[in-house]
Amino acid sequence: MSADILLAVLWIGLTLYALFGGADFGGGLWDLLAGGSERGRPQRELIEHSIGPVWEANHVWLIFVITLFWTAFPAAFAPFAATLYIPLTLAALGIIARGAAFAFRKVSDRLWQRRLFGAAFAFSSVVTPFFLGATLGAVASGRVPVGIDAGDIWTSWWNPTSVTTGLIAVGACAYLAAVYLTADARRAGSTALAEAFRLRALITGLALGALTLAGFPVLRADAPALFDGLVGTALPLVITSVAAGVLSLGLLVARRYLLVRLTAAIAVTAVLWAWGVAQYPVMLPGLTVDGAAASPSVLTPVLWVLGIGSVLLVPSLVYLYSVFQRSPQR
Amino acid sequence: MLVEVLADAATPGDLVAARTQMAFSLGWHIIIACFGVGMPGLVVFMEWRALRTGDAAFEVLARTWARAMGVLFAVGAVSGTILSFEMGLLWPGLMGSYGEVIGLPFTLEGFAFFIEAIFVGIYLYAWDRLPPRTHLLTGLPIVVAGVASAFFVVTANAWMNQPRGFDLVDGEVTDVRPWEAMFNPATPPQTVHMIVAAFMVAGFGIAAVYAVGMLRGRRDRHHRLGFLVPFTVAAVLAPVQVVVGDWAAHFLADYQPLKLAAIEGLAETTAGAPLSLGGVYIDGELRYALEIPNALSLLAHWDPDAVVLGLNEAPAHLRPPVNVVHLSFQLMVAIGFGLVALGGWLAVAWLRRRDLPRARLFLWAAALAGPAAVLAMEAGWVVTEVGRQPWIVYGHMLTRDAVNPQPGLLVGLGIVLAVYAVLTVATVYVLRLLARRGPVRAPQEESHER
Ligand code: HDD
Ligand code: HEM
Ligand code: HEM
Repeated sequence: MSADILLAVLWIGLTLYALFGGADFGGGLWDLLAGGSERGRPQRELIEHSIGPVWEANHVWLIFVITLFWTAFPAAFAPFAATLYIPLTLAALGIIARGAAFAFRKVSDRLWQRRLFGAAFAFSSVVTPFFLGATLGAVASGRVPVGIDAGDIWTSWWNPTSVTTGLIAVGACAYLAAVYLTADARRAGSTALAEAFRLRALITGLALGALTLAGFPVLRADAPALFDGLVGTALPLVITSVAAGVLSLGLLVARRYLLVRLTAAIAVTAVLWAWGVAQYPVMLPGLTVDGAAASPSVLTPVLWVLGIGSVLLVPSLVYLYSVFQRSPQR
Repeated sequence: MLVEVLADAATPGDLVAARTQMAFSLGWHIIIACFGVGMPGLVVFMEWRALRTGDAAFEVLARTWARAMGVLFAVGAVSGTILSFEMGLLWPGLMGSYGEVIGLPFTLEGFAFFIEAIFVGIYLYAWDRLPPRTHLLTGLPIVVAGVASAFFVVTANAWMNQPRGFDLVDGEVTDVRPWEAMFNPATPPQTVHMIVAAFMVAGFGIAAVYAVGMLRGRRDRHHRLGFLVPFTVAAVLAPVQVVVGDWAAHFLADYQPLKLAAIEGLAETTAGAPLSLGGVYIDGELRYALEIPNALSLLAHWDPDAVVLGLNEAPAHLRPPVNVVHLSFQLMVAIGFGLVALGGWLAVAWLRRRDLPRARLFLWAAALAGPAAVLAMEAGWVVTEVGRQPWIVYGHMLTRDAVNPQPGLLVGLGIVLAVYAVLTVATVYVLRLLARRGPVRAPQEESHER
C-alpha cells in the first residue's frame, strides 16, 4: 500500500518536472530558433525573463524524483541507472551546460559572450529532454532487466520506442513552453510576441499530436505489452489526452491563452499517467512495484517527511509563482 | 575505437575511473556548495545592516555579492544534480543494496533544496518588487536551507563511515531503521566540522577578493567593509574549527582506528604513541617524520600512555592508503593553525589601533587565505574518503563491489573531465567579469545622482 502511494508521489514529481522543468527546456529550444541576435532579441528577453526566477526551483523536481526513486525502489533504481548510464550521463552533462550557460549569459554583456553561452544553453535544452525521454522509453519497452550487469548499454535506449519517447519529450517541452510564453508575452504587453508564440504553439501542438499518434504503431511492434495496456486499462487517459490536445488547439485559435495553459498541461499529464497505468504493476521485467519497494520501515518515515515537507513546500511554491506572475512594479 | 573501449567488460581501470570521477565531481561541487551554505548569511547580514543604518555602502555590497551568488547557485545546482545521477550511475551496487538505508536524508535534502531554490529566485529577482523588510525576510529561508542541506548530505556520508540502522541476514539488508542510520556516531562531528568549514571557505574566499583589491591600492570604505565583515566571521570560526577537528579525531580514535592510524602513519599498535609531523610512509613504516613522544596517545585518549591501534590490526588488503591520507591531514591541520594565526594578527592590530595591520604582508596572507581554506576543506575530504578505503560502506561493502559492472566507465570519465574543464574556465571567467565590473549600485545612490 505505502509502495503504491510512493509510486504515485514519484509520478506526481515526474509530472511536475515535465510540466515546469520541461517548459524551461522548451524555452531553450525557442531561444535556439529565435533567429539572429537583433531579430531574436525580444523573444530571447521574454524567455529569459520568464524562466529566470523559477528554473532552479523547477529543476529540483528532477532531483526529488531521482532521490525518491532510489529511496523507495532501490531494486529498480540500481539496474535503471547501471544499464542506462550513457543517456543519463549525457542528460546530466546537458543539464550542467544548460544551467550554467543560462546563468552566465544573464550576466554577460558582450555580444560574442551572449552568443556563445546562448548557443550552449539552447543546444543542451534540446539534447537533455531527448535523452531523459529515451530512458523512459527504455523502461516502457522492458529493456532494463533486473540485475545491474544484465542490460545492454546501447540497445536499451537506442531503439524505436526510446527514440520515439525521446522525440515526444522534446516536442512536449517545446509545446508547453510556447503555450506558457504566449500568455507571458501578452501580460508583458507585446501582441506581436504573443502572436508569434501562438503560431509556434499551434504548429508544435499539431506536430506533437501527430508524433504521439505515430508512436502507437511503433509501440505495437516494439513494446506490445505496453501497447495492450494503453488500449486497455489506460484507454480513458489516452482519450483524455487526445481530447485535451484538440481542445487546446481550439483555445489557441480562440486566443484563450490562460485556459490553454491548463488544457495543454492536462494533455501532457494524461500521456505520462497513461504510461504509468498501462505498465502498472510491472516496474522492470519480472519485478513488480511491491517487489522493488524498500521495506515498510523506510517507506513510512519517508511518507511522513513528504507530508510535512509539502506543508513547507506548497506555500513557498505558490508564493514564488505569484510574485512573478504579478505585473512588475517598475 | 570508442566502441572497442566500450565493448570491454568493466575492469580495475573502470573502478579507478569511477572513483576518480566521483572524487572529482564531488570535490568540484563542494567548493561551490560552501558558498551556497556560507554566502547567504553574509548577504543577508549586509542587507540587514543597510536597513538598520541606512548606510548605502552595506546595500551596495549586499547587491554585489547577491549577483555573484546568483551565478554560484546556478552552478552549484547543476553540479549537484550530476552527483545524484552519479550515485546510481557509478555505484549501483551501493544504491541497490543500501539505497533505502540512506534514502531518508536525501529525501529531506530534496525539500531543503526546494526551499533554497525557491527563495533564491525570489531574493535575487524580486529585490525591487518587494518592500525592503519583506525582501530581507525572504533571505532567511535560504540561510536555513543552505545549512540544512549541508547537514543532510553529510549525514549520508557519515553513515558510510559508521553504517547503522539495518541488519544483514545472509547478505540481505533487513529491518531497516532509517533514523538510526541518519543519526549515527559519525554524524555529530562530521556535520559540525563541515558546516563550520563552509562558513570559513565562504568568508575567507570573499575577503580574499577584497584583499586583492586593497593590494592594488583600492582602500576605500567599500573595500574595507567588503574585506572586514567576511574575514571576521571566518577568523572567529577558525579556532572553533580546530576544536571541532580535535573532536573529529577523537571520534576516529574510538570508531575508526584504522583511519586514524593512516592519518598518523602508525604501523604497529603502540602504547604511548608519538604524534608524527611530516614524513613519508615507505615499506610499512613512517620515515623522516618529526615525532612528539606520547602526544598521539595524549590527544586521542587523554592519557599519555594509552594504547593507540596501528595499521597492523587489519590484513594488508583492508588497509587504507597511508601517504595520501597522512599528507592531506597534515596539510589541513597546518592550514587550520595558519588561519587561526592570521585571525589573531588582525585581532591584535584592531585592539591596538582600530585598524587593519599596516604590513602589506597581511593583505597578501589574507588574499591567500581564501584558496588555503578551500585546500584545507578538500584535504579534509580526502582524509575522510580515502581513509575509509577500501570500504565504501565501512566494514560491510567494498568499493569495488559497488561499482557499475557495465563497460566503458573510462570513456565517461574522459567526457566528464572535459565538460568540467570548460565549466571551470567559464565560471572563473564570469566571476572575474563580475568582479571587474565593480560594485552594483544601490537604488538610493542612483537617485542621488539623478
Ligand atoms: C576549512 C576547512 C578545515 C580546517 C581548517 C580543518 N578541517 Fe578537518 N576537515 C574538514 C575541513 C577542515 C572537512 C572538509 O570539512 C572534513 C571532511 C569531512 C568532514 O566532516 O570534515 C574534515 C575532516 C577531518 C577529519 C576526519 C573526520 C572523519 O573522517 O570522520 C579529522 C580527524 C579532522 N578533519 C581534523 C582536523 C583538525 C585536527 C583540524 C585542526 C586544525 C582541522 N581538521 C582543520
Ligand atoms: C562533498 C565533499 C566530498 C568530497 C570532496 C569527497 C571526496 C571523495 C574522494 C576524494 C573520493 C575518492 C576516494 C578514493 O578514490 O580513494 C570519494 C569517493 C566517494 N565519495 Fe566522497 N567526498 C565528499 C562527500 C561525499 C558525500 C557527502 C558522499 C555521500 C553521500 C560521498 C560519497 C562518495 C562515494 C560513493 C565515493 C566512491 C567510493 C569511494 O571511492 O570511496 N562523498 N569522495
Ligand atoms: C558535504 C557535501 C555537500 C554539501 C555541503 C552540499 C551542499 C549543497 C548546497 C548548499 C547546495 C545548494 C546549491 C548551492 O549552494 O550552490 C547544493 C546543491 C546540490 N547538491 Fe550538494 N552538497 C554536498 C554534496 C552533495 C552530494 C554528495 C550530492 C548528491 C548525491 C549533492 C547533490 C546536490 C544537488 C542535487 C544540488 C542541487 C540542488 C538545487 O537544484 O538547488 N550534493 N549542495
